[in-house]
Amino acid sequence: MGRLRRFLPVLLLIPFIALLWVPFYNRTQPTLAGFPFFYVWQFAWVVLAALLTWVVHRGWRA
Amino acid sequence: MTLPSGSGVRFDATALGVFAFFFVLITVLGFFAARWRRGDLSQLHEWGLGGRRFGAFVTWFLLGGDLYTAYTLIAVPALVYAIGAYGFFAMPYTVFVYPIVFLTMPRLWNACRKHGWITSADFVEGRYGSRGLALAVAVTGVLATMPYIALQLVGLEKVFEAMGLGALGVGRETPLIVAFVILALYTYSSGLRAPALIAFVKDAMLYITVIAAVVIIPIKLGGYGAVFDAAEKAFAAKGGDTGVLLKPDQYWSFATLALGSAFALFLYPHATTATLSADGPQTIRRNAVWLPAYSIMLGLVALLGYMALAAHIDVKDGSMAVPALINASFPPWFAGFCFAAIALGALVPAAIMSIGAANLFTRNIWRPYVNDQLSNAQESRIAKNISLLVKFGALLAVLYLPTKFAIDLQLLGGIWMLQIFPAVICGLYTRWLRASALLLGWLAGMVLGSALAWQQGLKPVYTFVFGDAHYGIYIGLLALAVNFAVSILATPIAAKLKRESQPDRTQALDYQDAAAG
Repeated sequence: MGRLRRFLPVLLLIPFIALLWVPFYNRTQPTLAGFPFFYVWQFAWVVLAALLTWVVHRGWRA
Repeated sequence: MTLPSGSGVRFDATALGVFAFFFVLITVLGFFAARWRRGDLSQLHEWGLGGRRFGAFVTWFLLGGDLYTAYTLIAVPALVYAIGAYGFFAMPYTVFVYPIVFLTMPRLWNACRKHGWITSADFVEGRYGSRGLALAVAVTGVLATMPYIALQLVGLEKVFEAMGLGALGVGRETPLIVAFVILALYTYSSGLRAPALIAFVKDAMLYITVIAAVVIIPIKLGGYGAVFDAAEKAFAAKGGDTGVLLKPDQYWSFATLALGSAFALFLYPHATTATLSADGPQTIRRNAVWLPAYSIMLGLVALLGYMALAAHIDVKDGSMAVPALINASFPPWFAGFCFAAIALGALVPAAIMSIGAANLFTRNIWRPYVNDQLSNAQESRIAKNISLLVKFGALLAVLYLPTKFAIDLQLLGGIWMLQIFPAVICGLYTRWLRASALLLGWLAGMVLGSALAWQQGLKPVYTFVFGDAHYGIYIGLLALAVNFAVSILATPIAAKLKRESQPDRTQALDYQDAAAG
């Protein structure tokens, strides 16, 4: 585990992949509370990216 | 008196009264700020960085108030109102920003604290021992910031317009000049403490405005499903590259605009200034975790563009979409409150931007090239005067030049800002690139970026065509790629021509957190 912690910041690449892959989320279905998926996905990643940053912040020992 | 619908303008004494009340409150706070966490304001790091003593909580408000400006609050929904999903590139943009901040800015803070540096150009000079490269960084920052300040005043102007001040017989100049003079005076006397203190009130008001808007307006319009449906119908009638989903031709420009803007944001002097004013690297990291709360708000604000369409707000100037929607949806007293929130959203960043530009100008242009014998008190006094000058320039630009001029320059500013990325951000990790090579790369990026943007009729995207496929790429990123290529190729040549590079004043440990923290 100690060794792996060095590489924790790699987690921060995930939001980039999730949001740069535009064709994947440029769709209407499934909708949530009237929001097309395009918007649900983006709002979700604001929260998920913050969560990942928090995980890295807590666990990272360079 | 109510003006005919369609203009989005409504004059109402109650709205104006509420607006004026908050404006006066903020002015008092701005002057009071000089006494807050008292420091010796004749020192530049006290005036221009608040003494580097802002904790996680204050920094959150300061950076939030700084990055999510009045112009953002008006321009993002305006773009969404005009063309739809494409305007939402602001969302991935703000998602990308914070991991970058989390990784890079603590290193910059550590090095700057250790050496008493207050700007990114200070860091570049210390790291590379190159005055030329530091000058390039400083000039880029000042140039890109001026139009940004002007756009804050444009945001302010929209608010005054929506409140119907024009109908009162007050020219468009008077309220802007009054707001500007107040802003200039408290920034002069209190420095960075003023926007930091005001940001508390401003952000609280903004959250109330946005939450009220995104709850109440959709209820009136029949829910979010209905809002999206109505927007889709409006775009279908309008045609072109519009819609609540992206067209395949927009994928690349959407993604590259988001990525490029995210790389550029923290290179801007106002972002650097607010970051360096934090009390430590952990404060910055904690903020990278918590600042996305503002991104949620930004996303909700962007949706106001669709709500304006669904509410059949019909304005020629997209920037009036949100002010008109506020007038159409809320009673006058709350509209006044909302307008005050947006107006303060202009003043906080404008103050920080003028301070950031003043820090750069004083430290990295005036001191090395005009008078290198400055005492600390003289340095602080010059910065205060420069901050006045910068704001005055922005005011003149807004009053006497077409608004499009400021918008175009701000677009170029984003492209320019990205060109200091190799020197500043790469410099935090390695000194392999030579200063002269970086300077050449910067020049190539600046020239190519400006030329491409100009050639595209001042649009941010350059489109490559391969057969039937169109790939729009953000020009800032294209220029940055060329910048990197030139810097990397020129480095071995520079090393051959001149074996010794200037001494590096930093050590590896300077970038690490201090042992106690």
